[in-house]
Amino acid sequence: MAKRGLEDASTAAGTIAERLFTLLVWGAAALVVAMLLWVLGDVLVMGLSHLSWEFIVAAPEDAGRRGGIGPILVSTLLILLVALAAAVPLGLAVAVWLAEFTRRGGRFANSIRLTLDVLAGVPSIVYGLFGNAFFSLYLGLGFSLLAGGLTLACMILPVFIRTCEAGLSMVNNDWRRGALALGMSRTSAIWHILLPAAAPAIVAGLILGIGRATAETAALIFTSGYVDRMPGSLLDSGRALAVHIYDLSMNVSGGDGAAYASALILIGLIVVLNTLAQWLAERWLSRRILNS
Amino acid sequence: MKAESDKTLVNSGPYTLGEIREGTPCCEPVPHLQVRNLSVAYGQQSVLDNVSLDIFQGCITALIGPSGCGKTSFLSSLNKLIELAPAARLSGQVLFDGQELLGAPVDVLTLRRRIGMIFQKPNPFPLSIQRNLELPLKEHGVRDKQLRAHKIETALRDVGLWDEVADRLQASALSLSGGQQQRLCIARALVLEPEILLMDEPCSALDPIAAAVVEELIQRLRGRYTVVIVTHNLAQARRVANYAAFFWMKERVGKLIEFGQCQQLFETPGHALTAAYVSGASG
Ligand SMILES: Nc1ncnc2c1ncn2[C@@H]1O[C@H](COP(=O)(O)OP(=O)(O)O)[C@@H](O)[C@H]1O
Ligand SMILES: [Mg+2]
Repeated sequence: MAKRGLEDASTAAGTIAERLFTLLVWGAAALVVAMLLWVLGDVLVMGLSHLSWEFIVAAPEDAGRRGGIGPILVSTLLILLVALAAAVPLGLAVAVWLAEFTRRGGRFANSIRLTLDVLAGVPSIVYGLFGNAFFSLYLGLGFSLLAGGLTLACMILPVFIRTCEAGLSMVNNDWRRGALALGMSRTSAIWHILLPAAAPAIVAGLILGIGRATAETAALIFTSGYVDRMPGSLLDSGRALAVHIYDLSMNVSGGDGAAYASALILIGLIVVLNTLAQWLAERWLSRRILNS
Repeated sequence: MKAESDKTLVNSGPYTLGEIREGTPCCEPVPHLQVRNLSVAYGQQSVLDNVSLDIFQGCITALIGPSGCGKTSFLSSLNKLIELAPAARLSGQVLFDGQELLGAPVDVLTLRRRIGMIFQKPNPFPLSIQRNLELPLKEHGVRDKQLRAHKIETALRDVGLWDEVADRLQASALSLSGGQQQRLCIARALVLEPEILLMDEPCSALDPIAAAVVEELIQRLRGRYTVVIVTHNLAQARRVANYAAFFWMKERVGKLIEFGQCQQLFETPGHALTAAYVSGASG
C-alpha cells in the first residue's frame, strides 16, 4: 500500500463489497419492475380478449358476465367529479392556511397537521362507515353518487392538503418578500405567485388523490352502493368500477374475463386522468405566468 | 387640502399618475424620512438601539457597517416589511413626509408602493418579464392596458433593459442573467413611481461588470428618487452616496455611530470607530 493511486480503488475487498451492493440495488429495482410488469401483463393478456367498444358502452347483463360497463364508467366518473370538486378547493384553502397563515411551530396548526397525518393512514373501510353514517344516514343522501363522492373527498383530503402545504412552504421566500415589498396584498401574492410556483406539488397531490379515489372499493360499498343501472342524477346510487371488479371476481362465477377487462379499463382510466390533470395544471400555470 | 389627501397613507385606492417628480436637486437637505429613537428587537434580543437620523430627499444615503449590526432591520423598518418577522418589535418614530409610520395605523400597501425595496439576491417572480411588471401595476389599480404597456416600457428604459428584452417580454424572467434580473427588480419597483427606494446590498450578489452597471443606474436615480442603500463596498459608498451612516455593534447591539455627509465621514470621521472602519483597520 505504498502508493495510493486511482487504481487502488480496485483492491479486492473494496471491489467485492462494491459489486455486491451494486447487484443488490439493481436486483431490488428489477424485482419491483418485474412484479409491476407481471401484473400489467396478466391484466393485458386476460383482459384484452374480452375488451371491445361494445364492452365499454353497453350495460351489464347477467350480473356482469355479459354486456359491458357503460353505466359503471359513468358512475365512476361522476363520483370522482364530486370528490375532486369538493376536495380540491377545500384542500387548497386549508393548505394555504397552514402554509401561509400559521406561525411556525404554532400549537393549533401542528395539532391539525398531526390529525391530518393520522387521518391519511386510516383504512378506507373506516371512511366508508363514516360516510355511510354521516352522508347517507345523517344528511339523508342515502346510497348515492353524491354520498360516495363526498366520502372519497374526505379520504383524499389529508394527503392532498399535506402535499400542497409542503409545496407552498418550499416556495422561495424571496418571492414572498418581493411581492409584499411591492405593496401587493397577501391574497394576490398567494394567488398570482405562490400557488403557481407550488403547482408541481399541487399536481402531485392531485394525481395521488385521483389514483386513490379511482381504485377505491371499501369506502364506496356503503355509500354509493351496488346498483349497476345508469344513474339519472347525483342522488341515484351507482356502482364504481373498482366495486364492479371486486364483485365480479368475488361473487360472480364466470365473471373473470369481464373482471380483467374492467381492470384494464380502470388502469387506462387512471393514466388518462393523470395526464389530463397534468395538462390542465400546466395550461393554467402558463396562463398565469404569461398574460392574463 | 385636496393635494394633501393623495399623500395620506390611510386611504389607498388607485394612485394618481402624475409626471415623475423632478425632485429637489440633491443635497439641499430636505428631510424625506425622519427616524427618531428607533430601536428594534426580535423577541428579547435587541438588535438596534436608539437610532436617529434624517434621510434627505433626492439624495443617496449609504448605510455601512459590519454584518449583523442591524442594517437590514433598519431598512425594513422604513417600509414596515420587518413585520414579516412575527417576533420583531419596534419602538421610536419614523416620519415619512411628516407622517408617523410606526405608532399610527398605516396602509402598508400604499406605503410600500411609495417606498420600494430592492434585495440582495435578485428576486424576479417566476413569471414572464412583462408579467413581473404588470402584476404590481394591476395590483395598484392601473386598469388601462395601454397605460400599463407605456409604464412598463418607461420603467424598462429607465433601467436600461428595454433594448435587451423588448423582443422577448414573454420570456421567463428567470432566463435573464443575474445583473439583468436585478435591473428588472429595480424596474419593477420604479414602475410604481415610488418616492423612495430602499436597496439592501443590491450589487453584492452580482459579478463585477453587472455590479458596475447597477451602480451606474443607482447614480442616475439621484434627484428623482430618494435612495437608501446598504453596501459592504466602501468604495462604492464613497462613489455613489451623498450621506453616509455608520453602524457598529456594541455589546451585540447595533448602534448608529456616525451620520453625516459622505465625504466628511470618510475623510474626516468624527469617531475613532468610524476612522478605523473606513480605513479598513476593523470590521
Ligand atoms: N427575523 C429575525 N428573527 C430573529 N433575529 C433576526 C431576524 N433577522 C435578523 N435577526 C438578527 O438581527 C441581527 C441584525 O441582523 P440584520 O438586520 O440582518 O443585520 P445586517 O443587515 O447589518 O447584517 C442579527 O444578529 C440577526 O441574527
Ligand atoms: Mg443585511
